[in-house]
Amino acid sequence: MIHTQQLTYRYPQGAALAFDDVSVPQGGVLVLRGNSGSGKSTLLALAAGLLTANSGQVDVAGQNPALLGAAQRDAWRGRTVGFLPQCLHLSDALTVFDNLALAYFAIGAPADRAQIMRSLDALGVADLAQRKPHALSGGQAQRVALARAVLMQPKVILADEPTASLDDDAAHSAISLLAQAAQRCTATLVVATHDARVKTALDTVFTNENSPQSKYLLLKQL
Amino acid sequence: MKSIVLALQYVRSRPLAAVLNVLLLALGLASINFLLLVQHQVQNSFERDLQGIDVVVGAKGSPLQLILAGVFHIDVPSGNIPLVDVRELEKNPQVKKLIPISVGDSFAGYRIVGTTVDYINLYNAKMDKGQMWTQPMQAVAGYSAAAAMAQRGLQPGTPFVGNHGLGEKGHPHGEAPYNLVGTLQKCDCVLDRLILTMTESVWQVHEKATALNASDQQALEEAREVTMAIIQYTSPMAAVSFPRFVNTTTDMQAAAPAVEMTRLFKLLGVGADVLRGFAAVLLLIATISLLIALWNALRERQADWAMLRMLGAPPRRIASVLVWQALILTALGGVSGLLLGHLLTGLVGYMLSADKSIPITGWLWLPEQLWVLCATVLLALLAALLPVWQAYRLDVLKILQTR
Repeated sequence: MIHTQQLTYRYPQGAALAFDDVSVPQGGVLVLRGNSGSGKSTLLALAAGLLTANSGQVDVAGQNPALLGAAQRDAWRGRTVGFLPQCLHLSDALTVFDNLALAYFAIGAPADRAQIMRSLDALGVADLAQRKPHALSGGQAQRVALARAVLMQPKVILADEPTASLDDDAAHSAISLLAQAAQRCTATLVVATHDARVKTALDTVFTNENSPQSKYLLLKQL
Repeated sequence: MKSIVLALQYVRSRPLAAVLNVLLLALGLASINFLLLVQHQVQNSFERDLQGIDVVVGAKGSPLQLILAGVFHIDVPSGNIPLVDVRELEKNPQVKKLIPISVGDSFAGYRIVGTTVDYINLYNAKMDKGQMWTQPMQAVAGYSAAAAMAQRGLQPGTPFVGNHGLGEKGHPHGEAPYNLVGTLQKCDCVLDRLILTMTESVWQVHEKATALNASDQQALEEAREVTMAIIQYTSPMAAVSFPRFVNTTTDMQAAAPAVEMTRLFKLLGVGADVLRGFAAVLLLIATISLLIALWNALRERQADWAMLRMLGAPPRRIASVLVWQALILTALGGVSGLLLGHLLTGLVGYMLSADKSIPITGWLWLPEQLWVLCATVLLALLAALLPVWQAYRLDVLKILQTR
């Protein structure tokens, strides 16, 4: 679940951002819409505990990250938050398997090989485990990055512009993969996007019976 | 996965950059190690050979040449001095001990030196096989010379023929063969490279070679010479007056090794300083290149580090990967630098041994080398400092949003 209350953030030499209150239950979907500069990234960073709000609070899966110390916050993020960056950011120096193992290295835990393979298998890319990222197609890389995001069974998945530079078909399948992966670990899905196709894609993924509670938060241009 | 494993994978993913870094470090360290090893051994060998020698008296000429020829046997002597004059010097009250040195012949490149048993006792050399000479034309070989003779099948008890001159191309003194009667144990001094015999032997060889008849022989005996005399003083006070006495009242010259060696090291010292400076510059460049490599590793992999932070890694974990990268490169450079330095020293030693010159070996470990290694590791950590500091200031989300 994600819950914000009178959240504001001011950049050291920049504008102040104020966010409308929003509340999404665990397993729900929150779509942050707005053009660039409207504060989508800031809200993601606040939810991930990378930034701390100047006032108000954000509650992510029962925890306000701002209340944790720096080291605890990093550990909390590693266990609770899955992240799917726009450019995927798989490390070219490492194999697909090691890219996922990096998540365990980050939290200082021994790599769980079975869990890595399970996560890759769930997205149909288990046979690519020993490849380097440059030997993957765009779709394969997307699945690998998603496998990394859900590896730790996070409570929240943050996706940053997951459909940017994708054609309609690819955008649609990317969103449905993302939504399904989030549902498998009953994670709250937060999608930051300026792409109107995300809404239509989500509407087709979720039929009436299984529809999670969705919220669309339109962030205004400053 | 451990930080060191990840660091290794990052190093391996840029093999050319890694090789360049390792190479630069290795070259810098190799030159420093080489200088340390050679300087230590040359100085040690000089000090050992000079012990107990207060002054050397020989023919007029360059005093440095006199020392190099008479004490270290790495130069040719400037001439001979009459035996009568040497006998006269021996009576001087300031002279405690006088050891005559006569050079001129050689065997297989090793000098045959006519002297007295005092010369062997000066270096406390011990007999290995056979015995000391008891009469002219008997010879005792130093350790390296004995080894070279053994290779030619010469054991104690066999005769051999010396060549005239100090090179290997002189005509053989076939009419006056020596008899090898003993060999010396290794003394790590100049004796190792010499074949020693009584002074009388050298006279006999040359008188036999040139004397036409008995009266000629008589004349030659009266004109007997030695190459130089090694002298020990009765008191240190003699160091002031004795050389001046020799240089002004006789046709000979006295050279004090202490003075000449200081002069030599001053001459060589400039060269050694230049080499040392060169090595330091190499090491500095290596450090800067390491810094640049780590900086690039940080910049190039910025997205990786940001992703790691996003995945929950605290900054110190990223710093540890950077530090490990620095340490891996330094370890590779350090080990290859050490190997290269010792290899180079060994090679120079091999070339010098072919010249029967100062013994130098690559099989030597000096405590100073450990300090050089420690300093290098410290430099590497210093080079990692700036990138590590940057790792603590990553703007995670901004980096993850740019390609």
